[in-house]
Amino acid sequence: MDWQAIGLSIRLAAATTAILLLVGAPIAYWLAFSRRPWKFLVEAVVAMPLVLPPSVLGFYLLIAMGPHSPFGVAYASITGGLLPFSFAGLLVASVLYSLPFTVQPLAAAFGAVDRRLIEASWCLGVSRVATFRRVIVPLARAGIAAGAVLSFAHTMGEFGVVLMVGGNIAGVTRTASISIYDQVQALDYDSAWRTSLALLAFSFVALAVTYALQRGALGARRWSLWQAN
Amino acid sequence: MAGELICRCSKRFASGFALATDWKAPLAMADGAATSTVLFGPSGSGKTTLLRLIAGLEVPDSGGIFFRGAEWFGQRTLPPQQRRAGFVFQDYALFPHLTAEQNVLFGARDPKRAVIFLSKFGLNDLRKYYPRQLSGGQQQRIALARALAAEPELLLLDEPLSALDALTRARTRQELRRTLQESGVPSIIVTHDRSEAIALGDWIGVLIDGEIRQSGPIREVFRRPSDPRVAESLGVENIIPAEVVSREAGLVTVAAGAVRLECVDVGENGSVLACFRGEDVVLTRAAARESSARNRIEGVVRSVLPEGPVARVEIDCGVPVVALVTAQSAAELDLRHGQPIAAVVKATSIHLLK
Repeated sequence: MDWQAIGLSIRLAAATTAILLLVGAPIAYWLAFSRRPWKFLVEAVVAMPLVLPPSVLGFYLLIAMGPHSPFGVAYASITGGLLPFSFAGLLVASVLYSLPFTVQPLAAAFGAVDRRLIEASWCLGVSRVATFRRVIVPLARAGIAAGAVLSFAHTMGEFGVVLMVGGNIAGVTRTASISIYDQVQALDYDSAWRTSLALLAFSFVALAVTYALQRGALGARRWSLWQAN
Repeated sequence: MAGELICRCSKRFASGFALATDWKAPLAMADGAATSTVLFGPSGSGKTTLLRLIAGLEVPDSGGIFFRGAEWFGQRTLPPQQRRAGFVFQDYALFPHLTAEQNVLFGARDPKRAVIFLSKFGLNDLRKYYPRQLSGGQQQRIALARALAAEPELLLLDEPLSALDALTRARTRQELRRTLQESGVPSIIVTHDRSEAIALGDWIGVLIDGEIRQSGPIREVFRRPSDPRVAESLGVENIIPAEVVSREAGLVTVAAGAVRLECVDVGENGSVLACFRGEDVVLTRAAARESSARNRIEGVVRSVLPEGPVARVEIDCGVPVVALVTAQSAAELDLRHGQPIAAVVKATSIHLLK
């Protein structure tokens, strides 16, 4: 089994999830509470990675990050390097690719928070940001956890975008799923079996945790009711 | 700390409902005490909407909202956070993930003073409990303590007693009145319950179809509704079309068919509406002229409807007259359909509307 690739995937997934929670939360907040008529356009853009072929997303990212694009030039002048075929480039691609997997559960969870609780907080003089932190986040924590787990799992398994943007450099951009592809190409079925099994088990655990989190919240409520009586 | 709240604004909703108010409510009474203003009206009249506009939770389409001369809405909109208008929601909207104590401290300006509210509201033993573990009455006290701990300049209460059962409601009503008086914070209380309005309010604004139809000291408004819609919504059961036929020595006599009613003369002429409340009607079988009341109308019982501790008796006197009597009286008089009975009304209980 290619432990290096699995380690890299975990690192990438953890970093992607952390960034996505920070970037996704304000987007999800806006999607949950905005009443703008053109909100559907933003929703469509956020959801694009769900239906866009990974190679298409990867291709555009490759061009956007390349040495001839303004973004690539700006990045090179700051860091002295280029994004394609680097871990940082992979991270940018993963964040975009997994965006809907964070934003959608988050938006659903924020929107499910009783509106009056938010208003009650505002009327107590608590700012919008503080209300988000003190009321919305604690009440949406199951949804936030679900978004984090889904993003993590989705990043662990991504293939097309990674291959387009990151290539296949051992220890830098060769993730677990690319490693499996390599192993199959090399007819090393034993290794492919093991790595695939590891990812399969991981996917199952991730989804089980997601669903357990949602039921867990219910379980806690039931317990408290019982305690009160 | 005097001054007033001015709501001169309008708002139209996608549903077609429109609210347009031109309302001034005083914030202090003549003796300097903070005013409790009741916002009264039938359901669907826009009471909660008006309260939300005042709180800043809804934004009017046009107009202005001023509080003690400060602009809350007009050229610019002051966000709810800066209005310092405490809001007590109908079902209290306590934070379910926080304990009673954490709820009260949530927006507290001064945690030390906020803690005093906990003991003052009898919440000390409940500090560590979560809202779902508490009764409606307890939740209501937490919601009030939470709003007051933020040291608001105005307190807005949306049907504060409606989520409670009847027994708790009666007890809590007096408690709420006392709390509001002691807090020194002017309040606006939405209710559609007449007895609640009278128990809680110094001042009243009657809202019908998105419009403040009458506003004034509460007893004054109940005694003298300005128009039939207001009278009806205030629960003045008897609104009888009549004609002024004669006047003498401060009394005016009006005729409604064969029925003659003497009322206090307020200078109305021609067609009028004679209004009096069901509880101002005395039912009797005793012989005529045994009381000081000026009006005695003979009729027959049409129906007797028990409504909790009172019975609503409809009498056909040529015109329909509704009387509210205690269930005991109804039983003692043995009121039954078709029986003759006399309705007695004092002249001073009848209010003439043009």
